[in-house]
Amino acid sequence: MTLDEYFLIGETVTLGSHKFEADEIKAFARKYDPQVFHVDEEAANKSVLGGLCASGWHTAATWMKYNLEKRMETEGVRWTGPGPQPEFGPSPGFRNLKWLKPVYAGETVTFTRTALAHRPLAGRPGWSLLTLRSEGFDSTGDKVIEFDSAVLVKVE
Amino acid sequence: MPDLEDHAFVNRIADMTGKTWAYEDFVEGASLDLGSKNVSAAEIVEFASEFDAQPMHLDEEAGKASILGGLSASGWHTCAMFMRMLCDAFLLDSTSQGSPGIEHVKWKKPVLAGDRLTGKVTVLSKRQSKSRPQLGLVSMRSELFNQRGECVFELENTGMFLTREAVA
Repeated sequence: MTLDEYFLIGETVTLGSHKFEADEIKAFARKYDPQVFHVDEEAANKSVLGGLCASGWHTAATWMKYNLEKRMETEGVRWTGPGPQPEFGPSPGFRNLKWLKPVYAGETVTFTRTALAHRPLAGRPGWSLLTLRSEGFDSTGDKVIEFDSAVLVKVE
Repeated sequence: MPDLEDHAFVNRIADMTGKTWAYEDFVEGASLDLGSKNVSAAEIVEFASEFDAQPMHLDEEAGKASILGGLSASGWHTCAMFMRMLCDAFLLDSTSQGSPGIEHVKWKKPVLAGDRLTGKVTVLSKRQSKSRPQLGLVSMRSELFNQRGECVFELENTGMFLTREAVA
């Protein structure tokens, strides 16, 4: 098995679906993003967004939750290549994050991940950088979030 | 992007009187202070348990053994803490109409339990929307620093703010 096969380069993986309930939208926003359209239904109805909707950071963090669950589920099970099983490490960041449509209370978002490429890191022997395309779609199939991220992977 | 013909949006404008920060108040090159935030082990673990349950975000020993060198906040948690600092510093007291997205985030150094974060936002550029002159676009670079003055987080995005004229 090659790293390309392990990382499923070029393949879009469905990570899972999450229903954003009003209570959890408000709980997250009260802590981290208390703008009116994330914490108060009535004010949200009168706001530019027209209704209570999840903080964009809540949507992004939920992508991570499902990304991780999918990763752990598959980790350790399928690696049959030479040497130790690749080990996921931290991420240096992300680019081009777009919140394309509000995620209203009660909406279900399906998250996906597409591994694009990996390359060895010159400054960190034994580690590679895996680049990913991350997306989320609502129940009508409209894309609500997308971003390009990366993660360090220990491959030796 | 908000639709200016939309009734809800007109209501929103009415709600915006009395806000300290409108589009006109952002000055190119100027920096805004984001205050400070102490990061506790408990909140790192709480956030990670829900969204990013990796050992280095959940356990001190696992964190020390990891490349991050200690119990460290999920990068998404740092984004969320930054957002709260932004809200408290000026966003809630502004004519903000949200942000369409983020150009980039760099998690430059680990944010560890016990760290004290400070931050600033620098206005890179601004322009009024051509199609919706009541709306201005403010391009910003935000940075968080730890107690040693090291930049741990960098974010660039464009925020949308109503003009003072529009909310008057």
